[in-house]
Amino acid sequence: MSQSFLFYRVPGVLFALLLMVPLASSADEEGHRLPFSDLVKTEPTRHFSATQECVEPEDEMKRNHMNYILHQRDKTVHDGIRTRQYSLEECINCHAIKGEDGEYIRVEDPRHFCASCHTYASVSIDCFQCHADIPVRESTLHQSQSGNVDRSVREKLASRLSGELSLQLVATEVSVNE
Amino acid sequence: MSDTNKQMNSARREFLGKAGATAGAAAIAPGVFLTSPAVARSADKKVTGDKRWGILIDTAKCAGGCDACVSACETENGWGGADNTEKHSNAEQQAQWIRKVQLKEKATGHATTLPLMCQHCETPPCVDVCPTGASFRRADGIVLVDKHICIGCRYCMMACPYKARSFIHEDLKDQKPWAPRGKGTVESCTLCVHRVDEGGTPACVEACGAENHNAMVFGDLYNENSKISQQLEQYGGKQIRADLGLNTGVRYRGI
Repeated sequence: MSQSFLFYRVPGVLFALLLMVPLASSADEEGHRLPFSDLVKTEPTRHFSATQECVEPEDEMKRNHMNYILHQRDKTVHDGIRTRQYSLEECINCHAIKGEDGEYIRVEDPRHFCASCHTYASVSIDCFQCHADIPVRESTLHQSQSGNVDRSVREKLASRLSGELSLQLVATEVSVNE
Repeated sequence: MSDTNKQMNSARREFLGKAGATAGAAAIAPGVFLTSPAVARSADKKVTGDKRWGILIDTAKCAGGCDACVSACETENGWGGADNTEKHSNAEQQAQWIRKVQLKEKATGHATTLPLMCQHCETPPCVDVCPTGASFRRADGIVLVDKHICIGCRYCMMACPYKARSFIHEDLKDQKPWAPRGKGTVESCTLCVHRVDEGGTPACVEACGAENHNAMVFGDLYNENSKISQQLEQYGGKQIRADLGLNTGVRYRGI
């Protein structure tokens, strides 16, 4: 009984193994690819300083940009606070890139700054159902940085935001860096 | 029309208290103030209830056939117009933030035209009925929709006696950054809140002035030295559907 079982099964198993050889080799090649390595790199048009590229340090923005935008949104709509520091419009003004045709790339294109990550991560954002996804008017961020908004207020907000919202990840990373 | 002024704020006692405090602090002589009322609020300061914005519309100056206010609003806020992106909606469904309305007195045939938009009520029915809190009245009296939390139920459209609100039925493209609009949310006149916050006046008022009609006056209803308050004191201003007791921020002369 067991002999006939092996007699019939062994060729089948061998055949299956043969089939898996090309799969295994391709999986090996794929295995060397790092996550996010197929992302299109999009660079902002403006850097704030040599050490700080964005309105907040880049690591902070990568993790918590949504929280900055969310807070700013409620402040603007309900309280009429129109500082430009965390304004979605200023994100777009700075991060928009142009295609080969010289036109700004729209959010449907995976090269759009926001889409470049969100497409990969399969996170559907609905900001741009209502908001402009390309620059429309000149940035006024520099004005609010120099004049309208007191620097201490901005720093207070930033520290409050990060205090409220930063994940422990940030804290661990800082300690590792030190 | 002292009645009208009394109704400007139903919490009159509170207003008088504030006005007295302000006068004590800033007035150095009658009518002379240390602070200029024209200075725009700083961008990082919360809006307060010290002001209440309103518009007084003189229907005698409002020219029939002129729709400068409507087209100015379209251009400013990106609705309607030639490049309307609401292609699948019919005329009744398309957004209409401000419209020209013609009134005709049957007995005499006398016709009056006036612009009708959100009246920015002190007690707005749209805010009463909103189930999510998306429809709200800002501290300075501007009635707005927070489209982030609007679920598109359209109760507010039913509740509004002025037919001032519109619902967006389809995907839009190329909205103005200062006036985001989107499918599935209700919208209406914002009194050009983005301009007002920067010390400006609404686009319709500006366009009316540019046409030399000057039928619309925008200003602070709580500031008795503002042009609108002075004109209201002198000429009065009627509310449309005053019987509802909504204490509107938009007032009309000559109707």
